[in-house]
Amino acid sequence: MSVTSVMIVGVGGQGTLLASRLLGNAMLSKGLDVKVSEVHGMSQRGGSVVTYVRYGDEVHSPVIEKGEADYILAFEQLEAARWLPFLKKGGKLVVNTQCIDPMPVITGAASYPENLIEKLQASGVDVTAIDALPLAEEAGSSKAVNVVLMGVLARYMDVDKDHWIETIKTTVPPKFIDMNLAAFELGYKM
Amino acid sequence: MKKLFLGNEAVARGLYEAGCRVISSYPGTPSTEITEYAATYDAMYSEWAPNEKVACEVAVGASMGGARAFSAMKHVGLNVAADPLYTASYTGVNGGLVIAVADDPGMHSSQNEQDSRHHAIASKIPMLEPADSAECLAFTKRAFELSEEYDTPFFIRLCTRISHSRSLVETTDRVEQPLKEYVKNPAKNVMMPAMARGRHVFVEKRMKALAEFAETCDLNRTEYHDTSIGIIASGASYQYAKEALGENASYLKLGMVNPLPVKLIEDFAAKCDKVYVVEELDDIIETHCRKFGISVIGKELFPLTGELSQAIVAKKILGEEKKTLSLKDEIPVRPPVMCCGCPHRGLFYALKRENVFVSGDIGCYTLGSQPPLSAIDTCVCMGASVSGLHGFNTARGTDQAKKAVAVIGDSTFIHSGITSLIDIAYNKGISTIVILDNSITGMTGHQQNPTTGYTIKGDPTAAVSLEKLVQAVGIHRVRVVDPYDLKETQKALKEELAVEEPSVIIARRPCALLKYVKHKPSLKVDREKCRSCKACLRIGCPAISMKDGKAVIDHTQCVGCGLCEDLCKFGAIVGGEADK
Repeated sequence: MSVTSVMIVGVGGQGTLLASRLLGNAMLSKGLDVKVSEVHGMSQRGGSVVTYVRYGDEVHSPVIEKGEADYILAFEQLEAARWLPFLKKGGKLVVNTQCIDPMPVITGAASYPENLIEKLQASGVDVTAIDALPLAEEAGSSKAVNVVLMGVLARYMDVDKDHWIETIKTTVPPKFIDMNLAAFELGYKM
Repeated sequence: MKKLFLGNEAVARGLYEAGCRVISSYPGTPSTEITEYAATYDAMYSEWAPNEKVACEVAVGASMGGARAFSAMKHVGLNVAADPLYTASYTGVNGGLVIAVADDPGMHSSQNEQDSRHHAIASKIPMLEPADSAECLAFTKRAFELSEEYDTPFFIRLCTRISHSRSLVETTDRVEQPLKEYVKNPAKNVMMPAMARGRHVFVEKRMKALAEFAETCDLNRTEYHDTSIGIIASGASYQYAKEALGENASYLKLGMVNPLPVKLIEDFAAKCDKVYVVEELDDIIETHCRKFGISVIGKELFPLTGELSQAIVAKKILGEEKKTLSLKDEIPVRPPVMCCGCPHRGLFYALKRENVFVSGDIGCYTLGSQPPLSAIDTCVCMGASVSGLHGFNTARGTDQAKKAVAVIGDSTFIHSGITSLIDIAYNKGISTIVILDNSITGMTGHQQNPTTGYTIKGDPTAAVSLEKLVQAVGIHRVRVVDPYDLKETQKALKEELAVEEPSVIIARRPCALLKYVKHKPSLKVDREKCRSCKACLRIGCPAISMKDGKAVIDHTQCVGCGLCEDLCKFGAIVGGEADK
C-alpha cells in the first residue's frame, strides 16, 4: 500500500508519544513498514509537540511536511490550528476541544484565537471535534486523553478493533491496561 | 520478528550483539536513550559519568584493557570529550572502541547546531552515519569490527531524526568477545612526543587505508534509476531525498562519511547528468567533491542552517511545492515552559524581584530566561554560568558582583561547574552561585547523577554532598533553601549578595515530575475574592490563566505547589476541590 502519514500534535506532557507508539505498533503488526518520529528533550516541557507516524509498503522519510498528512490527531485546539498547514486538502482532522493557554496568552502578549473549531471546519478539511477530557476522566484519569483520542481516530483507520485492543495490551504497562482499554472504548464509540 | 526500535535503542542493541562490555556516557539530547537502553542489558557494564570527557576516558581505558567499549554523547558533548579522543586516535585500540555522537540540526534541544563531521576529520577518526534504526544496529556492530581491524576508534554519527525515530529492526543474539590480552606497549599507549610522532605516521597510513576501503566497502552504495539527477547523501538526508525524488533520481548513499571515497564519487558523477550533494548543516561532502574537481551542486541551493526535509529537496531540485491550508488567525507560539510545581520557579521569581544579572547554564532552568520570569541574562555551555559570572564580576567590579548571581543545576555543577567554582575560591572572587538541586538530571529525562545516590541501574551508591564539596574548595558561606519558600529564598539571596566573599546557595527540592514526589490536590480560585490583579500570573505557571476577567487554575495541570497561593494578597487561591 502507498504510504499513509499521520501527525499527532499537542502540548508537551499530554501523552502524544504513547499515542504514536500505539499507532506504530498497530501498523507494524499488520506487517507494514513503519516509521515513527518522536520529540524528546526541551519541547517536551509544555511546548508545542508533534510526532509523526508513517506506514505503508516502504517508508523513507521519518517526518511529514506541509501538505502531506493524511490525518492529524490534535490533542488541543490551538495545536490543531498551528499544524493545519501540514494536512492534505481533504485530509482528516480529529481535534480535542480542550484549550490550553500557551505562555504568551497567559502573559497577555498574545490572545487565543476564537471559534477555532468552526474555522477549522470551514478550511476545507474533514473535522471531527470531541471533548476528550471528560471521557478520559470517566475512564479513570485525565492522563488517558491520548488513548481516548486514539480511539476516535481508530474508527477512520483500516484496522480491526480487536487488533487495536491487542496492541494496547502489548504496548502500555500492565497496571494501566484496563484504564486504557476503557479510554479507547469511550473514544471508539463516539 | 521485526521490531519497532528507536534509533538510539537500535544502537544499544548493536552494542549488546557486538559483545560490547563497557559503556560510559553523560546524558545529552538526542543521544541519552542509547545508554539508558544499554543499561537494560545485564551482560554489559553501563554507567553515567560526571561528564563526556570522563566517559570517553573510561571507554578508552576499557578498550586498552582489551574490552569492546563505547561512549555516547550529543554534539556539544563531543567538544568536552575532544581532548581524550583526539589522542585516542593516535593510541588506537585493543578492544574495539566506538563513540556515538548525536547532532541536533534545527536545535530541538541544544545551544548550537555544530556538525560533528568536522571533529571526525580533525581528529582523524573514521565515522559511520546510519540512515535508519536497522542501520543503527548494523553499523554499530560493524564499527567494532572495523575499529579492531584498523586499530582506531570509530564514530557513529546520529542526528535527532535518526536517534528519535522508530523503524524496523531484526535482532540476533549477542556474540561474546573474549577480553583481549593486555600487553604493555608504551610506543602505542604512552603519548609523549617521541612516541606520538611515530603514532601520527601510523594514523596517516591508517586513514589512507580507510579511504581505499571507502571506495569499495558495502557501507557506501549506489542505486541507479533515472540518471538525469544524481544524489549524494548520507543519514537522514538520504531518506529525505529518496522520499522527494523516488526513482526519478539515482543515489550514492554514503554510510561512511569519514574518510570519503573519491573514485566511487567520480564514477557516480560521470553516470549522472546533474549531481546534487544533499547534506544537513555544513558542506563537508560538497567540499570534498570540489577538492577533487567533481562538479556538484550543494549549498548554493541548500541551507547551512536547520534540518533538511523532503519538502526542501523537492522545492530546491524539482521546484515543486505542496499546496497548504491555513487559518487567517495569528497562532500564538507555544514555547516550552517550566512544569507545574517546578522547584526552579520560586527561585527565578525571587531573582526577578532582586533585579539581578543572572548568569545561566544548560538545563531545564534555562527556561527561566522566558517571559514572564525573563530572569536569565546569559547561557553559553555547561558550567559557563559560574566561570562566566566570575569573569563578568571581575570586569565590572565589586558593586556589580552584589547584583549578580549564577544559576546551575546539580548535574551541570558536577559536570563542569565545580572547576569554575574552584577558580572563584582560588582567585578571591566574591560571586554568588545558586545551585538548583532538583535531585536529578532533568531536561534529558531523569537520569541519575553523582549527587542523587543512585547508579544508572537504580542501585544505591555514594552521593556527592554538595555542601561539603563546596566547602572543601574554599567556599565558607554555604546555605540550603527550599525554593517553594519564597520568603526564605529571597532572604538568602539578599544576604549572600550583600557580603564581599564568595557564597553558594543550594536551592533544594526534587523535580516535581519524579515519581516519588507526592502532589497535593489542585488549588482553585475563589472568584468572589479574586481582584484580577494578575499577581499570580507573574510566576509563569502554565496552569494559571485568566477566564472571564478572573484567574483560573487548570485542575488537570496543577500539582498544588502553593507558590501562587503565597502571592495572592486577597486569599483568593485556596486548596480543595478543583475548578471545573
